[in-house]
Amino acid sequence: MSAPAGDRDPGLQPERTRLAWRRTTLSGTVAAVLAGKAALHTGKGVGLTAVAVSSLLWLGFLALAHLRIHALATAAPGRPPRLTARHAAGATLCTIALAVCALALLF
Amino acid sequence: MSEFVRNVRLWFAPQEVREEGRTPDYRFSLANERTFLAWLRTALALIGGGFAVDQFLPDLRWAWRVGLALALLGAGVLCSLRAINHWVRCERAMRRGEDLPTSRFPALLSIVIAVVAVVMVVVVLVGWEG
Repeated sequence: MSAPAGDRDPGLQPERTRLAWRRTTLSGTVAAVLAGKAALHTGKGVGLTAVAVSSLLWLGFLALAHLRIHALATAAPGRPPRLTARHAAGATLCTIALAVCALALLF
Repeated sequence: MSEFVRNVRLWFAPQEVREEGRTPDYRFSLANERTFLAWLRTALALIGGGFAVDQFLPDLRWAWRVGLALALLGAGVLCSLRAINHWVRCERAMRRGEDLPTSRFPALLSIVIAVVAVVMVVVVLVGWEG
């Protein structure tokens, strides 16, 4: 704990974090596929818009996850970059927007 | 409530988080990040469940179907908001060297999920033909 930053054993922490981003992207994919299925069953205009929006949200989440994974993978050993609050907020917003998309399809 | 507003401001201002206290061991930050992602997955699963209720129980009465889907979607939204709020609070607590924040949210979420599950079983058994 009191060791200077360079001496810490990184272990598999960055690896595990990268895999966590992958798992989360996968969950997002499942939700987006369900959104697509729901959208294709509803009326044409609303349905197509919802498909487009949920695909964009999925792409957004994929981009965020990719940026984070890339940052973790290319960091100097022992100095993984921290998650910024803006990045976390972006991922949260994608999730919430998907729920809003679902709400639009319900009615 | 003002504490929550302050936290919301911090979501979009990473440099303000960095100004407080001293930088914690990055392993703890990464663990905090994974916890955030785990909550986000829970939220995504709940939202997916909302879609699924709407899609795969078409024989249910409209009100039941929409009610269940709304409950699941609402839980998903709350869960994702809570994910980032808890992440910011933990990050701040680690910087200040304070105890990690405690929360009733996991208990509340479990109860909500249990209630939704029971309602679903009852609805599927009793109200199938609407």
